[in-house]
Amino acid sequence: MAKEKKYNSAKEEEKKQEMILFLSDSEEKEHFLSKGNRKLLSDPLDDNNPITVQVLGICSALAITVQLEPAVVMAIAVMAVMAFSNMIISMLRNLIPSRIRIIVQLVVVASLVILVDQILKAYAYDVSKQLSVFIGLIITNCIVMGRLEAFALGNGVYKSFLDGIGNAAGYGLILIIVAFFRELLGSGKLFGFEVLGHKGATLADSTGLYALGYENNGLMLLSPMALIVVGLIIWVQRARNRKLIEAN
Amino acid sequence: MEEKSVNKTNSNGYTFMFAVILVVVVASVLAFTATSLQPTQRENVRQEKMQNILATVGIETDRPGAQKLYDQYIVEELALNQNGEVDESKNAFEVDLAKELKKPVEEQTFPLYIAEVEGKRYYVLPLRGNGLWNAIFGYISLKDDVNTIKGATFDHLGETPGLGAEITKQWFKEAFEEEKIFDSNGNLVGVSVVKGNIDASDKDDNKVDAISGATITGDGVSDMISERLKRYLPYFEKQKDIKVAIK
Repeated sequence: MAKEKKYNSAKEEEKKQEMILFLSDSEEKEHFLSKGNRKLLSDPLDDNNPITVQVLGICSALAITVQLEPAVVMAIAVMAVMAFSNMIISMLRNLIPSRIRIIVQLVVVASLVILVDQILKAYAYDVSKQLSVFIGLIITNCIVMGRLEAFALGNGVYKSFLDGIGNAAGYGLILIIVAFFRELLGSGKLFGFEVLGHKGATLADSTGLYALGYENNGLMLLSPMALIVVGLIIWVQRARNRKLIEAN
Repeated sequence: MEEKSVNKTNSNGYTFMFAVILVVVVASVLAFTATSLQPTQRENVRQEKMQNILATVGIETDRPGAQKLYDQYIVEELALNQNGEVDESKNAFEVDLAKELKKPVEEQTFPLYIAEVEGKRYYVLPLRGNGLWNAIFGYISLKDDVNTIKGATFDHLGETPGLGAEITKQWFKEAFEEEKIFDSNGNLVGVSVVKGNIDASDKDDNKVDAISGATITGDGVSDMISERLKRYLPYFEKQKDIKVAIK
């Protein structure tokens, strides 16, 4: 890795001379949390959110947002995969033959996902059982490849790392908001705790809201409701942030 | 490679070279991780197996604590052949049912675990069968009359979440407790997962209530239980101190 990095910075010098000046090529001189770098982290949370603005990675937002816990683990796993794949692709960006770059990206992402899966199986066995196939499906998460293609291929290593973290955080944020509403309204729980009271077999056995005749909304547990919740989030976000509204 | 400029990366030779190097590097990294993590992963699977076996005899434990309790409560691990004879050369715990089920019945090994909890003897049988999409498996424990079920656990590889995957839920497992595996005529029938309002308090009907939307998984559970149980009958018939409820 160290050798690659050294080689990479040498390459960057060369590139400067070739007048192909990407913003990131001066990254060594920039403060490590400069305004530009902070923007890389904060932009995907709101103005350029991968799910609500770029509409990427919707598929997994449907599948794993029934409960909060898997959503949080998924967000962390996606963050690890995105940060490292962005870094690796950015390191190799001047070496990758452009004709096979998509395959190279895929190989890097797939290997990282397998690594995450193996590590979870060894050190977080119960969580890995709960997430089962969804960890493997990170490979198909359009956000990962999208950021590699759109950002990491043309930017420096540190900036790419921040971009990966930022986009994964933006993705995770929406995932967690959706999971919050689905778990709360669908099963009356948060992280598995019965926050709305306990639902007994009869009204008399119930406590909390259930004693007043409240019922869980089973529809919230089905996939379409994830899309509807995402739709509502997009509505709220655009009502608040006018510049996201398209001109027409 | 260092001398090559950016546009050289488009030549065929470079592209092939790059692909080969990348694949070799990635393959070695993955192979190294897989081999180095394998012992930990195997240990997890082992502990989970012990945890499941203990759960059927009513002992709940977390994964790290499973080994100690397993040694404490499981008094015998037997590897049986189809005639109910104990095969001393085999380690029952290491028997992989997925492989055994592919062999003809005569060559299969049937693992049996005997637990002693608070002076009572329980027989724990591993189960494996087919659900809708993939294998389903689990453990079932019998009381010392070899008729009443003490407990059961089920798991699956790929059943539909919310439908077939519900077999892993506590309420489904609990329905099996105290159910009988022989009918009133002394025939081995196992426990059937049946649609319709099954009276959960009737423990002699050999039936439990099915999960709506999971008929095929439920049938898989019924078949798996009756198929596996009948393989152990020769062993139970041989034990003089067990009065098998067969006529």
